[in-house]
Amino acid sequence: MEELKRTPLYPTYQKWGAKVIDFGGWALPVQFTGIKQEHHATRNAVGLFDVSHMGEFIVEGKASKLFLQQLLTNDLDKLEVNKAQYTIMCYPDGGTVDDLIIYQLAEEKYLLVVNAVNTDKDFNWLMEHKPNDVILTNQTDKFVQLAIQGPKAEKVLQKLTDTNLHAIKFFRFAQEVSFSGVKAKALVARTGYTGEDGFEIYIDATSGLAFWQSILTAGQADKIEPIGLGARDTLRFEANLALYGQELSDEITPIEAGLGFAVRTDKSIDFIGKDILEKQKKEGPKRKLVGIEMIEKGIPRHGYPVLIEDEQVGFVTSGTQSPTLNKNVGLVLIDAEYSKEGTIVTIKVRKKQLQAKVVSTPFYKRD
Amino acid sequence: MNLPKDLRYSEEHEWVKVEGDKVRIGITDHAQDELGDIVFVELPEEGDQLEEDDPFGSVESVKTVSELYAPISGKVVEVNEELDDSPEFVNESPYEKAWMVVVEPSNSADIEKLMTAEQYQEMIEEDE
Repeated sequence: MEELKRTPLYPTYQKWGAKVIDFGGWALPVQFTGIKQEHHATRNAVGLFDVSHMGEFIVEGKASKLFLQQLLTNDLDKLEVNKAQYTIMCYPDGGTVDDLIIYQLAEEKYLLVVNAVNTDKDFNWLMEHKPNDVILTNQTDKFVQLAIQGPKAEKVLQKLTDTNLHAIKFFRFAQEVSFSGVKAKALVARTGYTGEDGFEIYIDATSGLAFWQSILTAGQADKIEPIGLGARDTLRFEANLALYGQELSDEITPIEAGLGFAVRTDKSIDFIGKDILEKQKKEGPKRKLVGIEMIEKGIPRHGYPVLIEDEQVGFVTSGTQSPTLNKNVGLVLIDAEYSKEGTIVTIKVRKKQLQAKVVSTPFYKRD
Repeated sequence: MNLPKDLRYSEEHEWVKVEGDKVRIGITDHAQDELGDIVFVELPEEGDQLEEDDPFGSVESVKTVSELYAPISGKVVEVNEELDDSPEFVNESPYEKAWMVVVEPSNSADIEKLMTAEQYQEMIEEDE
C-alpha cells in the first residue's frame, strides 16, 4: 500500500488524542475528543482545523483571467485583488469536476484552493486546457492551511497580530499578515466550511507548526480545541455546504445541487458546461437537492435510496444526526416533482423503509 | 481499556455475561471507543430468535453504522429500551447501563466457545 501523506502538523495529533484515518491518501484526524464535543465547541466557542490536505494552485500570467473565465462557472469580473469567490469547474455535460475557492492575489495572479481528493484530477484538467502563456503550478506541499472557526475565532486570532482582522469582510482577505511567534507571513481570508464566522489561513509549510501551536495557546482562555474531519463534516452539512463526492460529482451539476448562485451564465465569456447549465437554470433541473427530516426512527446515510410508492426517485447525498438540532436529517437529490417542502418520502434505511419529509435548508444558520 | 474478567467476548466485540440460565449482551469498551459518539441503537424485540454470527441490530455513531452480531444463538427475553432515548449510555457505561439484550441460550455450551478477557485483549492488540 502507498504510504499516506502527512501534513506538517501530523506529529502534534497524538498529543490531542487524535484518531487518524486515511482520507483520500492523507493521514488525517477524524476526531480528537469526539465529534459531538468538537462540533459544539466550534458552534459555541472556537475550533482549529488542519486542512493542509487541500490542494493549492497558483495561476498567473496575462491570459490567466481569460483562461479561468473559460473553466470556472462564476464570474471573475466580480473579483478584485484581495477578494475571494466560491466557484465551480464543470465538464461539457455539466457534471462537476470540482468546487473551489479562487483568491485574486494580484492583477494577473490567482490562488485556487481545491478538494484534496481532486487535486491531481483538477491539475490535469487545468493543464489540458491551459494556453502556453498561463503559468500553472501545484503548490499544495508548500502551504499549511488552517481554519479557525466559531464565534470567538476573530477574538483569538486577533491576539496574535496587529493587522485589524475586523476589517477583513466576508470573502475578503489580507496578504502578508504577521503573527507573533511565527516566522512566515500569512494570507488570512474570512471564509470557512462550518457555517460559523472565522478565517482560513494559508502560510508557508515551514511555519505551520509554530502557527498551529501559537493559535492553540492564544485560544486557551476561550476553550479552543483542535477539530477533526468528523466534526468538519457535520458542521458543513448542517450549514448546507456541498461536499464533493456527495452533493457534487461528475454526475451531478451545480444547478441540481442548488449552487446556481455560483454559475454565472450571464458572464461575458463562455465557459465549459455553459449550454447545459444555462438550460437547467432556465427550465429548472430535473432533480434537485433538498433537505429531509426523518419522521420515523432511523438515520439517513449517503447512498440510501429515496422512494415514492416503492419507486426510486432519488438518493441521500449526506445524512446524520445533526448535533445542533438533535434530529436525524439528510440532503437528498430527488426528482424535482417531489422536491416541494412538506412532501412525504420513504428512505430505504438498509432493510427498513422509513418515512421522512422534505424540509427547508440549511439545517443551521447562525444568528 | 476496561475488560471485566467475569465476562466472555466475541470476535465482533460483544460481551456476554452469564446470569443463571440466561445471558446479558452488550458491546465492549473497545468497540464503543472505536465507534465514537453513539447516537442511535436499534435492537430486536422480545421473543425474537438470535442466530449465532447473524446481525441482530445496529449501533450508529455520528459517522457510521455498525451491525451487532449475535455472539450465541438464543431467544431474546429482555431488551434495553432505555437505549432508545439514551444511546450515549453505550459510550458512558458499555458494561452496565448499556446492556442491550438478555437472551436464553439455545445451547449454553456455546458460551464456552467465546473468548476470555485475556484472549479478547490479545485479539485487539494483534489488530492494532
